Formats: sequence, structure tokens, C-alpha cells
Amino acid sequence: MRLSGSNLALHYDKVIVATDLSIEIPDGQVSCLIGPNGSGKSTLLRALARLLRPKAGDVVLDGKMINSYSTKEVARRLAILPQVLISPESITVEELVAYGRFPQRRTIAGLRDEDREAIEWSLRVTGMVELRDRPVDQLSGGQRQRAWIALVLAQGTDLILLDEPTTFLDISFQLEVLELLKHLNIAEGKTIVMVLHDINMACEYAHKLFALRDGTMLAQGDPREVLTAELIRDVFGIGSHILEHPTSGAPMCIPIPSPHEHIAHSPVAVTVPV
Amino acid sequence: MTATPLAAPAPAVRTAARRPALVIGTTFGLCLLVAFGTMGLGAVRVPQPHAIEALFGHGTPDQIRIIRDFELPRILIALLVGGSLAIAGAVIQGVIRNPLAAPDIIGVTKGAGLGAVILLLAYPTTAVAYLPVAAFVGGVTAMVIVYVVSYSGGGTTVVRLALVGIAVSALCEAMIRYVMIDRQQGIGTALVWLTGSLAGVDMSAVYQFVPWVAILLPLTVLYVHKLDVLGLGDDLAEGLGVAVERTRRITLLLAVLLASATVAVAGTLSFIGLIAPHMARRLVGPRHAVLLPAAAGIGTLILLIADAIGRGANPPIELPAGMVTAFIGAPYFVYLLSRKL
Repeated sequence: MRLSGSNLALHYDKVIVATDLSIEIPDGQVSCLIGPNGSGKSTLLRALARLLRPKAGDVVLDGKMINSYSTKEVARRLAILPQVLISPESITVEELVAYGRFPQRRTIAGLRDEDREAIEWSLRVTGMVELRDRPVDQLSGGQRQRAWIALVLAQGTDLILLDEPTTFLDISFQLEVLELLKHLNIAEGKTIVMVLHDINMACEYAHKLFALRDGTMLAQGDPREVLTAELIRDVFGIGSHILEHPTSGAPMCIPIPSPHEHIAHSPVAVTVPV
Repeated sequence: MTATPLAAPAPAVRTAARRPALVIGTTFGLCLLVAFGTMGLGAVRVPQPHAIEALFGHGTPDQIRIIRDFELPRILIALLVGGSLAIAGAVIQGVIRNPLAAPDIIGVTKGAGLGAVILLLAYPTTAVAYLPVAAFVGGVTAMVIVYVVSYSGGGTTVVRLALVGIAVSALCEAMIRYVMIDRQQGIGTALVWLTGSLAGVDMSAVYQFVPWVAILLPLTVLYVHKLDVLGLGDDLAEGLGVAVERTRRITLLLAVLLASATVAVAGTLSFIGLIAPHMARRLVGPRHAVLLPAAAGIGTLILLIADAIGRGANPPIELPAGMVTAFIGAPYFVYLLSRKL
């Protein structure tokens, strides 16, 4: 286990997000963090990548406290793709991906052969070779997200953290991005940790699910074992049916709409004509 | 700047095959061409090709003196000042991630101007030697005020920064006027200088400015890769291994010092720090290793042309170069605003 956090107290601005949160990231697997807005999943991911300093508790990376590394050393061991991404004006795909080599580069030297190889490889596995000279701001949503993933791949780390990599993408682009991450996990042995909003996508692609609510880990494990209607009620406060995906066998959550639930239970509804 | 992911890609397929070396080479070639071509355009005309010959020591003593003592320093100062302003603008725009953040927009130039005017008019005897220091103090103070006031919720926005910058600039401007009314002797020089002018610079101005460039420029170059990564946003930059806050503070300070140094030598030249880096970015892309030299070349070129127009338009009266750059820059600024906000 290369990355873990124990007894973390997490504050965001002045809001307390979690007081005692622990997580162990399984190596070589795809892990998904799910939970409602404000449950602390993004904050936890940021703490694991040292973008946020916990008020208490330890994040351990490769056997050492993450704070004992320099910023650049952390970047050589783990890559994080944040939720909000800013592409510099008129940057091309290749230029963007080349920025991923920053942790390996010297102060003012140009790109070395190994840098170029890493860039080529990232462009290839993300299917961006033909789009390399295209300005990033002219790409479609899915292409753009693949360009960003190519950037963190060029970083060359085996640990990759992604904060909602599929948000704002339509369903075909979501699949495109998640299939790419799955492929990287299988073919390259990358450890993937991501925050996802879509429970069904998380169940489909995760080896391990972490379900959070109010800064507490309510369940963790293989989605086939942990995803139950009770868990969905505990985490999201909604009723649901849990079905099995017809082809993959992964569990699927069908929410039960309940806008009139309180009406059904109210005394008015029980008035029966005599 | 584009926040991703957003929908709607532009329909046109534009590939950006760039040749930074070609652009930088061409720009500096044009600089040489303009520098030599406009030599001898001053109050006392030295027609070509006598002007160039005079530079190399052939011609009447008067011609040689005019070219070597008056025209050559202006060209060198145009190179140093135009280049420095453009580099300062490129760095500030990169750090603040805002194409409108130039030294003159965010209040640095006016702040430096205020510092210098206070010194010029209050202590006219000691002025020249301490002018860079006064400009530094004014420029850095203005920058800090603008940054702190416009900083909210973990960052600044285009609009906040531009608005606070305009407010601080206006405040500095008002204080400059107050100082000028209060201390009227030497007001003429101060006025010309405030518009930004290369008139009357001599080799001592060049020698005064060179050390600042020699110190600040190499330090800035050390940060080219970090500046690149900083453009990706704080989180990703940190994730890629850049200590974001420290890098931002150091590079901003370097840029503000560079811009303030130009104010000490050539007054408050407007718009070069805004438009030169912007044009350079369109030509060579956002990588600072090529952006900075390209911007420096374009900044030099703009200032050389502006100064030449100022000298040649209505001799023997010289128009300050800063007035000409404002004439060129203002429409470009309006064009930028129409695209960016």
C-alpha cells in the first residue's frame, strides 16, 4: 500500500469537513470515492495529494509522511488532476502534455529524449496523436479531458488521482474517459483513485468503492458487496432499487423518486370517505 | 483563458504549427532595421546613409556627435526598456493568469511614477541617483495594494483586478498631480517624463539601467518552466511540483522591479507591457521560454517605432514616445476587452 491517510482532520477554509477520516488506497486497482456534495470526498482526495494540509492525522506516501517530501518529489510519485482545469490561452495539446514533464525537468534545460518519449507515449495511449497541434480550447469536451489525462500521464507516476474527471461530459464522453482509465489500470498497472458523482459508473469501473457522508467513511469494499439500498439511503438519504447490470453484472442503483413522500405520510392522505 | 471542461468547440480546424525561432529572429531583425532606418530623424536631421556612417565614425563631427550621443543611447534604451516592459508584462500576465494584467493596468507603472515624481520634485538635487529606488518602492507598493484588495476567496478575477488596478492607478495619478501642484519647479520635466519619453536620454541612462536588467533578467529566466506550469491553475501546478505561493511572489516581485526600473529611466510608458506579450503569445504560444524573448522583441519594436514617430512627426518638437504608444495601444486594448470579458 503506497498511499494512505489515517485519522485525518480536514478543514476547508473555515469549514470542518472531517474530524477523523482514514483511508487506504489499494495498489494497482481502481478506487472510487462517492458521496453527496459536501461529504468530503474531494477534500480527502486533495489531502492525499498534499494540496490541502490536514489539521491532524497523517498522509503516508511510500512509507514516509507526505510532508517530508519536497513538492517536486511528491509530483514524481503521484499525479493529481484537479476538478477545475485552466488551459493557458492558445496552448496546443502537445505543449500542454509537455508541461506534465515539469517534475523531471531541470531549471532551464529543454526536453530530453526521455521527456519526448513520455510525451509521445501519453499522446498515443490517450489517442491524441492526431490532435497534438490543435489548440486545447478548440477540442470537444471528451478530447479536452483526454488531453488533461495525457498531461498527468506524462508525469510518469504510477499513482493517479482524479477529481471528478467526468463532470460536465455527456454520457459517451464519460464512458470514453472511464474506459481510458480502466485501460491504463489494466495495461499499465496504474493505481487510479477518483471522485465520481455517478454511482453506477463508479460501480462499473471501481475495484473498491469508498462511500462518504459528512466526513465519515460509511462503507468501503468491492461494489458488488457494499452497494445496497441501505447504503444508498445512509449516504444520500434516498430510497433506491439495486439491480444487476445485464452484461457486466455490476450493481446498479435506480433511485426511487420521492417528492411526494411526505404527502403520502401526512394525515390528509389517510382521510377515508365514510 | 478557458476553464475546462466546457462545451462547444470552435468549428474551424486551426492547427498551430509554430516557428518560435523564426518569429523571434524576424522580430529582432525588424528592430535592427527600424533602429538603423530611423537614425538621424531627430530635431537635427542627419540624412541617410550619413547617419549610419556617422555611427561608425565617418562624417562631420556634428553628425557623429548627434548620432553617437543622442540617437544611439535612445536606441539602446528602447531595446532595454521596451524589452523589459514586455517581459514584465508577460510574467505578470502569466502569474495572474489574466491577459489584461499588465504593469500599467494593475497600477505598477503609476505607482512607480508617483514614487519617482515625489522624489523628483521634493528632492530635486538628489533625485537622479535614487530614482530607481523611488520607482521600485512606488511600483511594489501599488502592486501589493492591488493584489491584496482584489484577492478574495483564494484568487483574483479579471474584472476585480482590472477595476482595482484602475482605481489604484487613478489614486496614484491624483497624488502625482497634487505633488506637481504643490511643488511647481521642475514641473515641465516631470510632465514629459510622466508621459514616458526617450528624449534626452544619454549613455549614462543606459549605464544606469543595464545593471538592473543584468540582474533581474537572468533571475526571471530561471523561472520560465515554473511560469508555464503556474498557468495551469494552483492545484495542478502544485500537483506538478511547483511551490505555488512562493513562486508567484518571487516572479511577481521580479516583474514589478523590472517594470519599475523602466519607469525610472523612461517614465511611464503605457501599453507596451500589455500588448507586446499579448501579440507574442499569439505568435509563439504560451511557453515562457519562447514567449519572453518574442515579447521582448515586439516591445522593443513598438518602442522604437513610437520613438521614431515622436521624433519625426513634427520636428523640431518631439512628441513623447509614451503618447505614441498610447495612440497605438488604446485601440488594441479596446479590442482585447471586446474579446476577453
